[in-house]
Amino acid sequence: MTIALEPAAQGDRVSLLRVLGPAHVWALGVGIVLVGEFTGWNFSADKGGALAALIVCWVVGLLYTSVAMIDSEVTSTVAAAGGQYAQAKHIVGPLMAFNVALFLVFAYTMLEVSDAILLGDTIVAKAGVEGLTHNSFIAATIVVLAWLNYRGVLMTLNVNFVITAVAYISIVILFFSVSPWTQGAVLKLNELVTPGNALPYGWIGVIAAFQFGIWYYLGIEGTTQAAEEVRSPARSLPYGTMAGMITLLIAAAMTWYVCASMMPWEYLGITYYPLWDAGKLTGSPLLENLLFVATLLAALASANGCINDAARAWFSLGRDRYLPTWFSAVHPRYRTPYRSILFLLPIALAFAFIADLNQAITFSILSGVLQYTFMSINIMMFRRKWPLGSIRRGYTHPFHPIPAIVLFCLCVVTFFAIFLGFGSQLIAMVAFYFLISLWFHFYRYKFVRRGDQFTMPWPKPQGY
Amino acid sequence: MSRYTPPEQSKAGQVFDIAVVVVAIFVALWLPLKLGLAGAAKSIDALDAKTWEALGQNPTMASIWEKLGYTPETAHDIIQNRFHYVIDWPTLIIMAAVLIGYFVFLFRASDREYRDVINEKFDDK
Repeated sequence: MTIALEPAAQGDRVSLLRVLGPAHVWALGVGIVLVGEFTGWNFSADKGGALAALIVCWVVGLLYTSVAMIDSEVTSTVAAAGGQYAQAKHIVGPLMAFNVALFLVFAYTMLEVSDAILLGDTIVAKAGVEGLTHNSFIAATIVVLAWLNYRGVLMTLNVNFVITAVAYISIVILFFSVSPWTQGAVLKLNELVTPGNALPYGWIGVIAAFQFGIWYYLGIEGTTQAAEEVRSPARSLPYGTMAGMITLLIAAAMTWYVCASMMPWEYLGITYYPLWDAGKLTGSPLLENLLFVATLLAALASANGCINDAARAWFSLGRDRYLPTWFSAVHPRYRTPYRSILFLLPIALAFAFIADLNQAITFSILSGVLQYTFMSINIMMFRRKWPLGSIRRGYTHPFHPIPAIVLFCLCVVTFFAIFLGFGSQLIAMVAFYFLISLWFHFYRYKFVRRGDQFTMPWPKPQGY
Repeated sequence: MSRYTPPEQSKAGQVFDIAVVVVAIFVALWLPLKLGLAGAAKSIDALDAKTWEALGQNPTMASIWEKLGYTPETAHDIIQNRFHYVIDWPTLIIMAAVLIGYFVFLFRASDREYRDVINEKFDDK
């Protein structure tokens, strides 16, 4: 389907276009996340062993199922660009919203950086040419994808749908190519994961593995950023998000099973290309090349979705005057938040050249976990301020408050896991958020119109 | 409640605010890298005998290492590079205090701002 873009008439208020359906929401969420199966999740094996990587795959899957359930309810009700930012603005307050937007921008920009580094490193590794560096590939990836995002959301997410589907199918092909129902031929799980090496660091290693276990699914909550551009938010967002989560749980389980059955955990924990390596180890050039291409496509899809999401969060900050309104401009022809896209471009480029993959992933994870902590409290406040029946919800998630409690507890465990490896970074980042919050609360907020921030047609919240 | 009218911000003020945010982002993300604070502590538990057996690799594991292009000598630093998890209680307490303090400040300050928003939004009607 194509939609011709007409320039907005002079004097019209230019807004984002409502052109997306559930498949685009799926493509946005899974596209951002799927790269985690191609690299990143396996660092959890380094931190705790192969069995720890499987345990966190399931437990962190539970964390993200809670995220998806909570997000589906709140976003199908608060359908505005900025996703969790718009939720925080209507439910908790402006300062929280400002912080949540920064969590989003950091998480997605650093994820984009990780994707670009992965893509560059993969090409360099494949080329095997001495002296070839990843720099030009990183720069080209970030610039071309920013241009694609500049040109329009529909084209961006159509591209994402295709390349995400190809990358996903490659995992399925690999899985069935190695005869998963037979051990001993290609897969040798019993000989690679033994009672002696399954948990080399014991249970503390399992907890430490949570840090990179997050990478199996990090970014699925990005589906909410499309809230203002989907034709039917109440239907598309829950449907696309939950379908995305199911897709990812299946992909994560297949990925672990194949990789843990083909490589010693010490190697699995340090390689940047676990699935590509699995393809190589099958001895099939076809599978090796397929997984090489799929690694590149997954990185591209993820970076593409991240630029989309980070720009919308930044755009929302400008629109509400939390940051200068200059950022809130929508392109008159392409209807995209083009200034935000362009502003974040050099920041992503700069960090792609000063951070390594491991560190960029950690920056992204840190912001993600701060955001999930907020979400667990946010849903409790949402239900308390507007109980069921008081407003129309697109979707109501079951078993409340169990998902919120589970999410909160798993966030605490993940903070501890981050402390075990990257505690100083966590303190530095929280110190940054604290200082920038003081700046916002005591200075910047004076430029913000008070009542205009609340845009939902809801009754007054209970308790106010 | 009277409607709050924010002051108009000059262009120079807007540029300055953007600069503040950009500098803060770079300091927060770049400084830990520059100071070498990023990254978990791993160290190599060196072995004298560099054989697959001494490295704890069974024949299946050894064959895969070899397929990947490694010898016991080249794989030694990968296999023996281990985490040494030690809970540094003072740092853990500082981290917990910073996190809790941050969230408490966020929710309390947000609530104060939120009350103004709600009062202005709903008192107009």
